[in-house]
Amino acid sequence: MSVVVEHDPKLLEVNPPLVAGNPSYHDISERISTIIEPEVGQTPMKYWITLGITASLTVLLGGMLAYLAVTGIGVWGNNRPIGWAWDITNFVFWIGIGHAGTLISAILFLFRQKWRTSINRSAEAMTLFAVMCAGIFPLFHTGRPWRAYWLFPIPNTDHNVWQNFRSPLIWDVFAVSTYFTVSLLFWYTGLVPDLATLRDRAVTKIRQFAFGIFSLGWRGSARHWRHYEAAYLILAGISTPLVLSVHSVVSFDFATSVIPGWHTTIFPPYFVAGAIFSGFACVMTLLLIARWTLNLQDLITMKHLENMNKIILVTGSIVGYAYCTEFFIAWYSGNIYERFTFLNRAFGPYWWAAWSMYTCNVFIPQLYWFKKMRTNLWVMFIISITTNIGMWFERFVIIATSLTRDFLPTSWWFYHPTYVDICTFLGTIGLFLSLFLVFARFLPLIAMSEVKGVRAYEKHAFAAAAGVEKVH
Amino acid sequence: MPAQLDFEQIKEKLGIGADKVYGAIGEFDDPEELVEAGRKVREMGYTKIDAMTPFPVHGIDDAIGVPPSKLGWIVVVFSMTGLCIALLLQWFAGAGPLNSLLLRFGLSGYPLMVGGKPFFDLSYSVPVDWELTVLFTAFAAFIGMWALNGLPRLYHPSMNYKNSHRASDDRFLLVIEADDPKFSPAKTAEDLRGVGAREVEVVEG
Repeated sequence: MSVVVEHDPKLLEVNPPLVAGNPSYHDISERISTIIEPEVGQTPMKYWITLGITASLTVLLGGMLAYLAVTGIGVWGNNRPIGWAWDITNFVFWIGIGHAGTLISAILFLFRQKWRTSINRSAEAMTLFAVMCAGIFPLFHTGRPWRAYWLFPIPNTDHNVWQNFRSPLIWDVFAVSTYFTVSLLFWYTGLVPDLATLRDRAVTKIRQFAFGIFSLGWRGSARHWRHYEAAYLILAGISTPLVLSVHSVVSFDFATSVIPGWHTTIFPPYFVAGAIFSGFACVMTLLLIARWTLNLQDLITMKHLENMNKIILVTGSIVGYAYCTEFFIAWYSGNIYERFTFLNRAFGPYWWAAWSMYTCNVFIPQLYWFKKMRTNLWVMFIISITTNIGMWFERFVIIATSLTRDFLPTSWWFYHPTYVDICTFLGTIGLFLSLFLVFARFLPLIAMSEVKGVRAYEKHAFAAAAGVEKVH
Repeated sequence: MPAQLDFEQIKEKLGIGADKVYGAIGEFDDPEELVEAGRKVREMGYTKIDAMTPFPVHGIDDAIGVPPSKLGWIVVVFSMTGLCIALLLQWFAGAGPLNSLLLRFGLSGYPLMVGGKPFFDLSYSVPVDWELTVLFTAFAAFIGMWALNGLPRLYHPSMNYKNSHRASDDRFLLVIEADDPKFSPAKTAEDLRGVGAREVEVVEG
């Protein structure tokens, strides 16, 4: 790309620099650090108001979970035959959102996609917060969250039974807890050089102490960077298959059962594509808000946003293709239960949920074939939200339509969520946004050291176009 | 009555003191200048060279002779450990020695009979094998990297350089350490100036 641009500056329109405005390295530190450096008292009031709203929702979540813990999971709308309902829908929804972070930080790193640098930090943080929200649902669905250690193979005298390792549910415990741990290590590794920058800039005692501890004495030695890059590459290399495996394992929860509509081999790739689709949309929502409120237009450029929209288009189309395949196989299999399930999905009592999902996930993202749409901030903001609405409905449709209409018509039923279901879900949205707001206020939202690396590269690539004297 | 501490002796042991020199540090504005200077300094015969930069500068490793990281080998060992632990765990939980032994005496070790499936089989163990391999790999890479780097640490003599705080911002520092056989404060500082450093300081350690 860069070599071509050197010979034909007109191509700059197609491949603009990823760091706009020709900043020096110091400008980049300054730009990102000053967002989080003001004293707590100097934070704008609108931040506290927003945090107040999201924190209230988090309190609501706490209340609902406490109510559930002392009463029992009967306070949710789950009942036979709907053993899984909103709780598992929300679990899969949040886990799916988490996938974009690791995709951006690991897979795009391996593919040497330099545009990931401006967005990977916030996407990784989003992953962690989304997985936290996801974990709440299966934990409380057990009914006795204080017995959560039974999920892990810890020798204990409560019972003499080991976990059943033939069950996909225990695979899920391993997959999700590994995913969270690895994402956390990856995120923290990436954060350390930036924490060192903040430590060296810190003026107050508290900041010097806190950043001093958490930057672990990082001093940017060439030997350190060599080990650091090796570790980063290993973490990226191992996270790439991990991110693909986690949602595959989540889909096994469904695919290894005998329920019509669940028992399909397409589930792992279909779930992974859907997860990346919804995750990118969620990163987009958060980044558009951050870009607008913090004026980050020169670091999160239209090029970044457009690339993300292209990924949303691709993964949305893969999801659409998976929907078509499911319908085809339902017909082609000749299995009457399978056929009924899919006709029931589209035209049964949950037709509105199914058509919301088709519209939001398959039809609306097709607008991104047009460059005008891919580069329109309002369009991308709206599509990022409809995508997540669509992906929530996808999980709901899969769970509710199959369970309410299984083999025996006598056990057919219609599922209604209770107010506890609704408030718990709203509460996790509050928790997610609160954590993200706190992160955006106290930790660097953009990876400074990585953006500087891209800047060093682009100084050469765009030397002629940017009017910079060439260094060589 | 506690023994009197001999601070001079402790300082001597820890290598702290006015007469101790950590090395000479030269400061550069650009990564390219740093790499160029690093290469020249190495050609002069210095061997204990380091650099401090705000982001990984490519080409510096070859220029000043940083050996490749051995982290990969450490990690592979731990990945395999993770895999073995996962296999052992699942075998032990389903069909381990305790279970078969107890069953022989008509006692129940509680191996779970589920749908007539075997108590242990490689096929169903794959997801957990994979996840534990990943978990061990990630911890090995994370902890191994800090261990190889000798971090965390609270103090390093390079912090005595007046602009060391800018090595995480926008300056590129080239360090020639005092234990280099060719090191002599005045001459080394002169050499660093000679390869284009904008600021040079001999730093105490």
